[in-house]
Amino acid sequence: MKVDGNNGAICVPATPGKNAIEVRGVRKVFGTGEAQVAALDTVSVSIRENEFFTLLGPSGCGKTTLLRLIAGFDFPSDGEIMLYGEDIAPLPPFKRPVNTVFQSYALFPHMTVAQNIGFGLEMLGKPRAEIDARVAEMLKLVRMEKLAKRRTSQISGGQQQRVALARALAPQPKVLLLDEPLSALDYKLRKEMQIELKRLQHETGITFIFVTHDQEEALTMSDRIAVMSSGKILQVGSPRDIYDRPAERFVADFIGETNFLDARIDSIEEGRAKVTLKSGATISATLPDGFKPDGEATVVIRPEHAKAVKDGGDISGVVENVVYFGTDTHVHIRLDDGETFTVRQQNARGAGTSFERGQRVGIVIGDDAAQILKD
Amino acid sequence: MATAAEIEKQAEAREVRNRWFLSAPALIIILLAASGPLLIVLLYSFLTPGPYGDVVWKFSTEGWVSVFLERDIFDDTLSFAGAHLTIFWRSLKLAIMATVATLIFGFPTAYFIATRPERTRDIWLFLITIPFWTNLLIRTFAVLQVIRNEGIINTALINLGIIDQPIQMLYTDFAIMVGMVYVYLPLMVLPLYASMEKLDFRLVEAGYDLYATRWQVLKRIIFPMVRPGVIAGSILVFIPAIGAYVTPSVLGGGKNMMFANLIELQFGQGRNWPLGAALSITVMAIVMVALLVYVRNTSGSEARHG
Repeated sequence: MKVDGNNGAICVPATPGKNAIEVRGVRKVFGTGEAQVAALDTVSVSIRENEFFTLLGPSGCGKTTLLRLIAGFDFPSDGEIMLYGEDIAPLPPFKRPVNTVFQSYALFPHMTVAQNIGFGLEMLGKPRAEIDARVAEMLKLVRMEKLAKRRTSQISGGQQQRVALARALAPQPKVLLLDEPLSALDYKLRKEMQIELKRLQHETGITFIFVTHDQEEALTMSDRIAVMSSGKILQVGSPRDIYDRPAERFVADFIGETNFLDARIDSIEEGRAKVTLKSGATISATLPDGFKPDGEATVVIRPEHAKAVKDGGDISGVVENVVYFGTDTHVHIRLDDGETFTVRQQNARGAGTSFERGQRVGIVIGDDAAQILKD
Repeated sequence: MATAAEIEKQAEAREVRNRWFLSAPALIIILLAASGPLLIVLLYSFLTPGPYGDVVWKFSTEGWVSVFLERDIFDDTLSFAGAHLTIFWRSLKLAIMATVATLIFGFPTAYFIATRPERTRDIWLFLITIPFWTNLLIRTFAVLQVIRNEGIINTALINLGIIDQPIQMLYTDFAIMVGMVYVYLPLMVLPLYASMEKLDFRLVEAGYDLYATRWQVLKRIIFPMVRPGVIAGSILVFIPAIGAYVTPSVLGGGKNMMFANLIELQFGQGRNWPLGAALSITVMAIVMVALLVYVRNTSGSEARHG
């Protein structure tokens, strides 16, 4: 594969179903003998062309390791990494048409902003005129034209972030890797950069692989998310899939707030199951793909998918606490079986019932609200 | 009662006193150990040589004249002192070559140590400093044992049948170079290591990521960032190298005179202390100018933008 890759049009039309990256059975083990640690435990995942793909998980889950394997800073102990059908796993980083935005930005302090952005093109041996034109284009893309001649130590954190992005995008990589690039920014700037990143991905049409531990960031920005834990990918899906249909306890717990309820499986039909809750109420719940449980199972219900009512409901309990959040209110309920359950109600003007501490309430679980977990 | 202004004034006076008191040791050392002897050397260079060495307290510029010019002993005419220039040129050449050689060997060594896990770095540094424990003369004789005609290298090569006559390495400029590189290597490695240890290796990764090959990363990223270490190491090696005395005497066999040997000659057999003093100051001045030019050139790009 040629290093200088795609010098064609900036906007690569997305070919549905075409994979930019395919990770096949990749394992990464650090250390030897007794001290051996598997940072990645047989991971397989496909990342589609032109996709904003996020690796989400807590620190130490292996997401950065996977990114470094794709970048070429580390080599897999086992398995293949395919870039457009070609195994890049044995190639050094400078022979891979992928670029990285580092968490620390890693800007070269002895070069100006423009020199930083032009570095990759210079290393590819592009003619000076082309480099200058491309650097100008990149500076415009990240709105940094005025600071081109500055040293990287003379610009703010947010500006450094933009330079890091421009530098990684300048050589027109086939895939852009982003290693928690927003974690060093304050809240407001982070929100701004999230929108900026989406804009850049849209305008450049480059496949983005984004690593983060921030579930909100992952949900708002991604086309698809892979949730990782302890060196494994637990679930891959759209943000809506991941949020509404978590397949495992870890995924449900890590992303958003969730209520867990014990249930007994009564009958199964076409991806759904009838379950009986401890309270005796029978509800319908969605099953994870290809999963056929029997006996006991755990059901998850998102707080906004349930409704608290004064009378009736599927389960009942006593209001323990009411917390006002501005846009919505959280009602914490102690169920009759001793478990806690949270209901989130929108604070639309004139809508919603108000509850008080100690009040007995019922909980209505909406159709399609409950999801059965694999574990 | 003292006003606030008076108290402040007293405190200030105390502060000034403390400052002088605390800097006294440094000032004394600079005056006694550095400036004092230097002034004496300067003074001697303007006196008349005594018949059995030493100096006669009579002003003369003869010492300085003989640095650059030779007085013919028969007709008293002055001609250019070509021998001094030759000797100086050889010293300069060998010192520069030794500096470059220690840089070539020291750079990978320092890089190797800086990239070891933190726990083992100290061990490597310790190994680098071990030669310092032995006297310079003994270390130089050790080199002599290795490269002399009946030494390890020649014996091994002859026994292996690669050569039938020993290669003459001892008493050549090559021998002096080997000796100096061996002796001064730690002086290059330590400052280089100090700046490499601070190097952010994520920048190296960023370089590889942006299609720079290993050589390009070295040239465009690592080298510019460890430049202070390169400068410090070069100065630390170059200064003792240009004034090297023991190494050229032992390994060069005094055949090819170096500047330090020339100076020593004036204070010994030559019995011309003023000329020796003038030569010392000359070499010092040249080294100083050379270093100023070197430092300004190598750190130039930083300083201009800084």
